[in-house]
Amino acid sequence: MNGATSTEGPLWEVFVRSRRGLSHTHAGSLHAPDATMALRNARDLYTRRGEGVSIWVVPATAVIASSPDEKDPFFDPAADKAYRHPTFYEIPEGVKHL
Amino acid sequence: MTTAQATDTVDQQADFDAVVSAEGRIEPRDWMPDAYRATLVRQIAQHAHSEIIGMQPEANWITRAPSLRRKAILMAKVQDEAGHGLYLYGAAETLDVDRGELLDKLHAGRQRYSSIFNYPTLTWADVGAIGWLVDGAAITNQVPLCRCSYGPYARAMVRICKEESFHQRQGYELLHALSHGTPAQHAMAQDAVDRWWWPSLMMFGPPDDESSHSEQSMAWRIKRHSNDELRQRFVDICVPQAESLGLALPDPDLRWNEERGTHDFGEIDWSEFQQVLRGNGPCNEQRLDQRRTAHENGAWVREAAAAHAAKHSARTSDDAVSGTATGEGAMAG
Repeated sequence: MNGATSTEGPLWEVFVRSRRGLSHTHAGSLHAPDATMALRNARDLYTRRGEGVSIWVVPATAVIASSPDEKDPFFDPAADKAYRHPTFYEIPEGVKHL
Repeated sequence: MTTAQATDTVDQQADFDAVVSAEGRIEPRDWMPDAYRATLVRQIAQHAHSEIIGMQPEANWITRAPSLRRKAILMAKVQDEAGHGLYLYGAAETLDVDRGELLDKLHAGRQRYSSIFNYPTLTWADVGAIGWLVDGAAITNQVPLCRCSYGPYARAMVRICKEESFHQRQGYELLHALSHGTPAQHAMAQDAVDRWWWPSLMMFGPPDDESSHSEQSMAWRIKRHSNDELRQRFVDICVPQAESLGLALPDPDLRWNEERGTHDFGEIDWSEFQQVLRGNGPCNEQRLDQRRTAHENGAWVREAAAAHAAKHSARTSDDAVSGTATGEGAMAG
């Protein structure tokens, strides 16, 4: 994700909902001078074959991302909590619906 | 301090190597060796340039397509090539280069595009030959790139490969129709295949022992198969397809090798490849001129759009993207 404004307008991140019932998923990015053009360009670029029923465009500069450098400490709290997973628990054999 | 920094780099290199060798994907903000980044920028830019330059030989036939059906197909295909270019420029930009800068380099002749697009499209049958052979070779090259170690490039390739399949099939269908048409149409199809076959084989790049970037790219898992391996695969795919078309491949040395379980084929004229690469192909100058002109002719559109955006954002200075910058709930549906 490069937030730089090139001569061809700022960068936008494009999210597409492929069909009703699914969430929007990141499809890619594009340049456009404003939000309206970004939406139109996103339609032409990412939904030429009916890949979407809804599009979000977000200025790339508005995306706040966690840093890959801090990935270990940042996600560490989840690493030692195996008891959050259902498979952590031992259930007597034959018990159903559990 | 210096020791700490050196240790850092060693750790980062180790992390990078571990991800790559475990078939993981490197993502834009991960640490990566400078040479890895530079290789990707060079390769992705060349690939993107090829897509947009590749619009020209085919667009040449849009106004002269023989039917509305064929015209609509060809327009969709040329539009796809523009889209592929944009996916790839987008992937390149995740490596901290600017698309405008890459285009400048293309226009200045400092970055390359595939030499195949320096050949002219002389007849309508060439549109078919490009779809079948040029796009076919591209697919053979690109399918393994869907597993490239750099995430954004791999994802762009997945999208592109899905769309290329239409390109190849429409070309094959077009040639099939011509080949089974009048004698003149058949001859036109054969002539196109005669001219495009060898340049298509050159698309896989120089033979393995002369390929300067291959070894490192394979180690980085940017590249999965050698040039010669992919070329052989392509030949083996094409032979039965040519038979169904009722067209001959222009190579007297082409024959099945029982022992190797694959086809032998003739010597490629690499001096021609080198000539085209050096800028001496039939259309090098024309392609770049047309690209520069198209870019210059589009300048007023980009300027007008930017002016409109600036004016609009000054008027609604509170929020330039009002109405769209909301959360999931507001956007539902």
